[in-house]
Amino acid sequence: MSDLVTLTIDGVEVSVPKGTLVADAAKKIQIDIPVFCYHPKLEPVGMCRVCLVEIGLPMRDRATGELLKNEDGSPKLSFRGLQTGCTVAVSEGMAVRTASQPVKEARGAVLEFLLSSHPLDCPVCDKGGECPLQNLTMAHGKGTSRMAFNDKLKIAKHVPLGELIYLDRERCIQCARCIRFQEEIVDDPVIRFHNRGRSLEIVTMSEPGFDSYWSGNTTDICPVGALTTSDFRFGARPWELTPAASICPHCPVGCNTTMSTRREAISGGRKVIKRIMPRQNEAVNEIWICDKGRFVHHFADSAQRLTTPLIRKDGQLVEASWDEALDLVAGQLQKHKSAAAGLASGRLSNEDLFQFQKLFRKGLGSRNIDLANRQLGGGEIVAQVGVGSGTNLKDLGKGDAILVVASDLHEEAPLWWMRVKQAAERGVSLVLVNGRRTRLDKFAAHTVNYEPGQGLMTIRRLFGLAQVETESTRDDQLAAAAEKLIKAENLVAFYGSEGLTFDESDALAKLLGNLLLIKNGHNHTGRANNGLIPVWPHSNSQGAWDMGIHPAYGPGYAALETPGLGAAQIYAGAASGDIEALYVVGADPVGDGLMADRGKLSFLVVQELFLTETAALADVVLPAQSWAEREGTYTNGERRVQRYYPAIPAYGDSRPDWQILAQVGERAGLEKPAFAASLMFKEIAKAVTQYKHMDYRSLAQVEKQWPDVGGDDLYYGGNAYENGSGLGQQWMAAAESGAVERFEAPDIEPNSFESLPLIQTRALYASGTLTNISKVIEARLVSPTLTVSPADAARLELSDGDVVDVAVNGASVQAKLSVSKYATVGLAQLSGVGSGFVSGTAAAEFNRVVESEKELA
Amino acid sequence: MAEPTATLDLSELRRRARPQDIPQVPTITICGGTGCRVYGSEMVADRFRQELDAAGCQATVELQVKSTGCHGFCEQGPLVVLRPSEIMYVHVKPKDVPEIVQRTIIAGELIDRLLYVDPDSGDHISREPDVPFYKHQQRLILNLNGLIDPLDINEYINMGGYRAIHHCLGELTPPMVIDTVKRSGLRGRGGAGFPTGLKWELCRNQPGDLKYVICNADEGDPGAYMDRSIIEGNPHRVLEGMIIGAYAMGARRGYVYIRAEYPLAVKHLRAAVAQARAAGFLGRNILGSGFDFDIDITLGSGAFVCGEETALMASIEGRTGEPRPRPPFPAQRGLWGRPTNINNVKSWASVPIIIDRGPEFFASIGTPSSKGTMIFSLVGNINNTGLVEVPMGITLRQLVEDIGGGVPGGKQFKAAQIGGPSGGCIPPEHLDVQIDYDSLRSLGAIMGSGGLVIADEDTCMVDFARFFMAFTQEESCGKCVPCRIGTKAMLSTLERICDGKGQPGDLEYLTELGNEIKSASLCGLGQTAPNPVLSTLRYFREEYQAHIHQGRCPAKVCKGLISYSVLEENCTGCMVCLRSCPTGAIQGAKREVHHIDAEKCNRCGTCFSLCKFDAVQVV
Ligand SMILES: Cc1cc2nc3c(=O)[nH]c(=O)nc-3n(C[C@H](O)[C@H](O)[C@H](O)COP(=O)(O)O)c2cc1C
Ligand code: SF4
Ligand code: SF4
Ligand code: FES
Repeated sequence: MSDLVTLTIDGVEVSVPKGTLVADAAKKIQIDIPVFCYHPKLEPVGMCRVCLVEIGLPMRDRATGELLKNEDGSPKLSFRGLQTGCTVAVSEGMAVRTASQPVKEARGAVLEFLLSSHPLDCPVCDKGGECPLQNLTMAHGKGTSRMAFNDKLKIAKHVPLGELIYLDRERCIQCARCIRFQEEIVDDPVIRFHNRGRSLEIVTMSEPGFDSYWSGNTTDICPVGALTTSDFRFGARPWELTPAASICPHCPVGCNTTMSTRREAISGGRKVIKRIMPRQNEAVNEIWICDKGRFVHHFADSAQRLTTPLIRKDGQLVEASWDEALDLVAGQLQKHKSAAAGLASGRLSNEDLFQFQKLFRKGLGSRNIDLANRQLGGGEIVAQVGVGSGTNLKDLGKGDAILVVASDLHEEAPLWWMRVKQAAERGVSLVLVNGRRTRLDKFAAHTVNYEPGQGLMTIRRLFGLAQVETESTRDDQLAAAAEKLIKAENLVAFYGSEGLTFDESDALAKLLGNLLLIKNGHNHTGRANNGLIPVWPHSNSQGAWDMGIHPAYGPGYAALETPGLGAAQIYAGAASGDIEALYVVGADPVGDGLMADRGKLSFLVVQELFLTETAALADVVLPAQSWAEREGTYTNGERRVQRYYPAIPAYGDSRPDWQILAQVGERAGLEKPAFAASLMFKEIAKAVTQYKHMDYRSLAQVEKQWPDVGGDDLYYGGNAYENGSGLGQQWMAAAESGAVERFEAPDIEPNSFESLPLIQTRALYASGTLTNISKVIEARLVSPTLTVSPADAARLELSDGDVVDVAVNGASVQAKLSVSKYATVGLAQLSGVGSGFVSGTAAAEFNRVVESEKELA
Repeated sequence: MAEPTATLDLSELRRRARPQDIPQVPTITICGGTGCRVYGSEMVADRFRQELDAAGCQATVELQVKSTGCHGFCEQGPLVVLRPSEIMYVHVKPKDVPEIVQRTIIAGELIDRLLYVDPDSGDHISREPDVPFYKHQQRLILNLNGLIDPLDINEYINMGGYRAIHHCLGELTPPMVIDTVKRSGLRGRGGAGFPTGLKWELCRNQPGDLKYVICNADEGDPGAYMDRSIIEGNPHRVLEGMIIGAYAMGARRGYVYIRAEYPLAVKHLRAAVAQARAAGFLGRNILGSGFDFDIDITLGSGAFVCGEETALMASIEGRTGEPRPRPPFPAQRGLWGRPTNINNVKSWASVPIIIDRGPEFFASIGTPSSKGTMIFSLVGNINNTGLVEVPMGITLRQLVEDIGGGVPGGKQFKAAQIGGPSGGCIPPEHLDVQIDYDSLRSLGAIMGSGGLVIADEDTCMVDFARFFMAFTQEESCGKCVPCRIGTKAMLSTLERICDGKGQPGDLEYLTELGNEIKSASLCGLGQTAPNPVLSTLRYFREEYQAHIHQGRCPAKVCKGLISYSVLEENCTGCMVCLRSCPTGAIQGAKREVHHIDAEKCNRCGTCFSLCKFDAVQVV
C-alpha cells in the first residue's frame, strides 16, 4: 500500500500508515518511547518532553535531489537535536534512536525534574502500583536526584474540584491530559490551568465544581495520582484489587467496564466493589465511561438491599424462607393462569428475560407479558434494518451522515453522544431532528426543531424529500438535510422517543426504516455502519425484544398468532380486576407513575433489589442479585451481545433473577433450573435464531485492539483497561442476509395544542431506584424540574424558582420551575420525575404552589 | 496633524518622493519618544509654541515646532534639535525655552549650558551629528526618527516613504520581490537570524490562498525598546514593509502584535494604519494594483514568551499565549492553521529600504554573512546609553568605546551581555569581536533582538547571571517540564552560590542542567535560558569558584559573602552611620571609633555609602 511509510527505530524496520506518530510507530514493534502528556486519544502537545528521541532524516543532494549515501552504501542521515516522538509524524527513510546517550540523558533529566517537585507519597497514593510516573522512573530514572530538597513545592494536597474529583496539586505534573480530555473529547471545558510557570495549577471553573458527566475519565488518564475520585481515594492499593469484567447496566450503549474488588475488614469482611473503570472496547466505549457508570454502583452494596424473601402476613411483609415464598408464588400464579400477567424491565439480563417469558408462556400458559415501561417502540424494525454487524461509529468520517431523532443523547446515552460528536468533528454530516435544542446542536450540519407534536410529520416530510431527487433550496434545512442523508456513503440513524408516545415512536422507527431503505446509489441497510440505532431506555431493552418480552412476539421476533395483553392493558386489567395475579421483575411501575396502586389484584409478587413503592404493596417480595454479583449478558442498542461476570458475592440470601424465575417455573411444572447462566444462554441460542452462533465462550473472545493501552503500558500502568474477557458479538439484522420490504407506517394524527404543551425529558442523573441510593452523586440528582423559556414563563405568570403543580391526564406532580434562555419557546420540559409520567407530548396545566424565594426576597 | 491624503495619486506620490531630504523649513524638533516624554518633553514643546507666539516669531518666520519620534539618546532628554542648523540642546526644561527662543532662535547665539558635554574631552558639542554617540552610527532605519512627525503620513511620504511599495506593485512580481530580499542578505532581527527571503519563499510556496503576515512587536527583553522606538517614530515604514511582504507572499491580512504597555506606539500605529488605509496603501485594490491587504493591531499583555512566534499566534487567536512544538512551522501551519510569516519590527522596517535603495546597497553594509544594520539598546555601566544603529561587522570595542563613550568613572570594562536573557556575555579579551550573527554565536552569545548591557568591574558575574536566570524563570510559561522545573533548579543553585552556600560540584551541576534544559525544552525560551549562565561559566569561572571555594565575591556584590567593617584610623565617630543603620548593628559613641556587629548587619550598604571619611570598608 502506498499509504505505508517505512522507517527504522533503533535499527528495527517498521511500516506504518502515513501520519502515524513516531511514538506510536515504536509501540507497534514493542519499543516503548515513554510518554506523559501524550495520550493516543488526544491531540499531541509535546509539552512534557519525556518522549524526546533522536530523529534522522535521509539527506539529499541539493542539486540532483538524489539520496546521499555513506561509504558503506547506507543512506546518509541528518540528525538535528532531540525531538518529541509524540509530535513528529513518521516519514520515509526516517531513522529514530530511542536509547542513545543524549536521549537517555534528556529522559533522565525530565524524570528527575518531575520528581523534584513530586511528593513521592507513592506509599499512600491511589496510583501507586499502576502509575506511569512510578513505572517510568523505575525504568528510566536516575535513582538519585541532584535537586535541592528545599526547592520542592509544598502545596495543597486535598483540593476538591467538586464532590466527585479531588486534586492533589503536589502530585500533578501539569501534563494537561485532564484539561485536554475535557476540551477535545467531551467539549466540557470546566477545568483549566491557572497561573503559569511553577505556579501552574488545575482549577475548576464550574459551579458545582467539575460539572461534567465525564469527570471520572480524567482520573484514569491522569498519569499520576493527582486526580482521584472521592469514593475511591485512599480506599485501596491497586495490587490488592481483583479485576472483574463487567458491562455497565445504566444505558443502551453497554460500556465495557472493569470492577475492582477487594475483601476488606471495613466492609465487615465482605468483598466489595472499590471502583469501576472503563475496559477497552474500541467498538463500544473505547476507553471511556460516563460518571453514572462509574459512580452509580454503590447501590449494590447498600444496606437497603433486600436480603431475604418477604411474605405479607396479617398485612405486614415478614421474612420467609425461599421455599415458602417460591411455593406461594408458584401456587398463586398457577391458580390464576391466563389471568396472570408479568411485567419485566429492560435492566434484566437476557437469561433472566428468557426465563421470564418461558415461565409465563410455557409454565402458566399466559401470553400477558410485556416490559413494565414501554417507552420506545420499533424493536422488530431494528431486527431488520438495525445497524449492520461490524458497525463502529469510529469508522464514520467525511462523506458519511448520522441522523438523530427525538433523543438527547447526552442525557440518554452519553457515550453515543461523545462518539457522535467526535464523528461530526471528523467530518460526518450530523442531522438533528428534535423538538428542542440539545447539546449536540453545536456539532450538527443541520438542526431541525419541530413544533410540539409535529415530530412524526417532520420525519414524514424528510422521507418525502429524500425520495425525490431535488436540488434543495438551501434555506430549507429539512430539504438540505434530506439531501445530505441520502447522498451519504454511510448512514446511521439514532432514534428515541422524547415527546413521543410508544405508538408514535413505533411509527417513527418504521419511517426511519423506510428512509434507510431508499436506494439512491448507497445502500443504507444491511451493511456495517448503516442502519438504525434505537436509544433504548435501559441497558438491555434490546435483549428484552430479542427474548420476546412482548405481547405479540416470542423469542427471536416470532410473531404470536394470538397476542397477549400489553403493559397498558395489564395496568388497566389490574385496576379492573381482569388481571388477577401480577409478577413484576426489576421494575417499579408505582414509583414510575404507571400504576396508581395494586388495584383489584388478588396477588402481586415483586422481584427486586430494594423495597420499591411497588414492592411495598406486594404479597411476596423476592430478593434478586445485582448485576455485580452474578453473570449474564446484555444486548446493547447496536445489538452487541456482551457478557458480564460476577465480581462480588451475593448480598444476603438474594438469588439471580433467572434462577428465581426457573425455580418458580419448576414448581409450575417446567424442568429443573439450569445449573449455570451459560447453560441458560445455550437454551437462548437454540430458541433465538439471531443468537445461534453465540455461546459464553464466543462472547468472551478478544483480539488485539489499537491503541494499545492495556497491561503495564505507559499510558496507564494498571490492568483495568485490558480487555481479556470479551468484546461481545453483534447479531445480524435481517437486511444483512436478505431483502427487506418497506414498512407500513400508521398515520398518526399530529396533536395541536391550545396551551403550553409538555414533554418529559430524560436526565442522566434522574432520581430512580438505583441512583437515589448511590450517595456519591446525591448532590447531582435531578429533582422534579419544569423548564420553560422566559417568554413562556411570562405568559404563565410564573418565575424561576416557583414550585409548580404540573397536571397531566389526571395525574399531577410538583416541580421546581427553571426559567432558561436556552429552553425552546412554546414547550415545557419536565425532568426528574417517574419515567412514565408524561406520555408523548401532552396538554398540561401549570399552577403555582409556592412562590419563589427569590421573588419574595 | 495634517489630514491624511485621500487616495493618493501615483504621480503625485512620485513627485513628492524626493530622496532623503532634510526639510529646509526652519524647524524645532522636540523628541516625543517615551523616554523624553517621561522627562517632560511635551511641556517643553507646548512652551515653545507659547513663547514663539508671544515673541511673534510665527508671524514673521515660517517656523515649525514638531514632536518627533525617539532620537535614541534618551538619557540626555528632553532633546531639542533646531533645524537646519542641527543645534542640539539636551536636558531642556520648560523654563529654558524663553531663553532658547530669545538667544538662539532670535539672536543666533549658542547656550553653552544646554549643549552636550563629551564626558571624555569635556568639550561642548553644538551640532547633533558631531556628538560621538551619533557620529559612529549608521542610521538606516532610525534615520527619520528625529525628523518627521509620526502622526502625519505626508511627512513620511515627503521623505520617500511608500515609494518602495509603489515600485513593487508597479514593476516587480512577487517572486522578484522575494529574490530582492534574498539578495539583500537580510536575516531576521527578532533573535534567531533566519534569512528573511528564504522564510518568505517557504510561505509563498505553501498551498492555499489564505495566508497571514505578522509583525512581532512584542519586545519582551528587559530594557530593550528599539522596536517601540521605531513604531513610535516612524510606524509607516513598518507598515510599508508588511505590505511589501504580503504582496510577495500572497497574504491578505496582517497583524501587528504589540504589547499593551506601549501606549504611545499603539497610538501612533493606529493612526498610521488609519492614514495608510485612507491613502489607499491598505485595503482593497492597493494603488490600483488589484492587490488587497489590510492590517489589524493586536495588543499583547506582556508575557515574554508571547514574543515566541507560536505563542504569539495562539495569543492572537485568543488562546493562552503558550508555545507549541515546531514543526509544523508557521509557514506550514500558522495563524488559524494557515501559512503565516512572522517577522520582527526591524526586519519589516528594513524591507522598504532594501527595495528603495536596492539589495546591493543593503548587502554592501556588513559582513559576508550578516548584512545591513542592527539596532541595539545600549545600557548598563556605559557613558552614553540609548538606542544605537550600527552597521553589522562593527566591533564591540567601537560600540562600547566610540559610541558608548566607554565605562564611566574610569572603571574597567568587564563584560558585554548581548542578546538579552537568551544571550551571553562577552569578556574583555573578545572586545574586538565583529558584531555579526556567527561571530557572536561562536562566543556563546547571540545577536538576539538587540539588548546590550555593559558590565563594569564592580559587577559580580554570578549575580549578573542570576539576574537573567531569575527573569527567565519568572517568565517560563510552565508548559514544558525542563524549563518549568529546570530553570528553577538553576536559579536556586545560583542563589545558593550568591548566598555563600555554594558547594563543590555546583558548577558541573549548572553546566549539566543548562545543557539538559537547552536540549529538552519546547521553545526558544527554555532552549536559550541557560545561555547567560553557561557563558559566564565559560569566561568567568574563577569568579564562580571564588564564591564557592574561597567564600568571597570578588566584586563585593553578593551579600552572603561580604562583610562591612570600620577602618579605625579613618573613623571620626561622627555617628552618621550609626543613626541610619536599619538593623542597629553599629555601636559607638560620639567621637569614638564605631564597630559593626556582623551578626546584626544585613549588608544593606547604607553605612558604606553614607560615610564621608571612607571609614567603612567592604571585605
Ligand atoms: C521566548 C521568546 C521570545 C521572543 N520574543 C520576541 C520578540 O519580542 N520580538 C521578536 O521579534 N521576536 C521574538 N522572538 C523570536 C520569534 O519567535 C520569531 O523568531 C521572530 O519574531 C521571527 O522574526 P524574524 O525572522 O524577523 O527574526 C522570541 C522568541 C522566543 C523564544
Ligand atoms: S491533574 Fe493529572 S492529568 Fe491533569 S495535568 Fe495534572 S498530572 Fe496531568
Ligand atoms: S521552554 Fe519554557 S517558555 Fe517555552 S514552552 Fe517550555 S516552559 Fe514554556
Ligand atoms: S512531550 Fe511527548 S509525551 Fe509529553
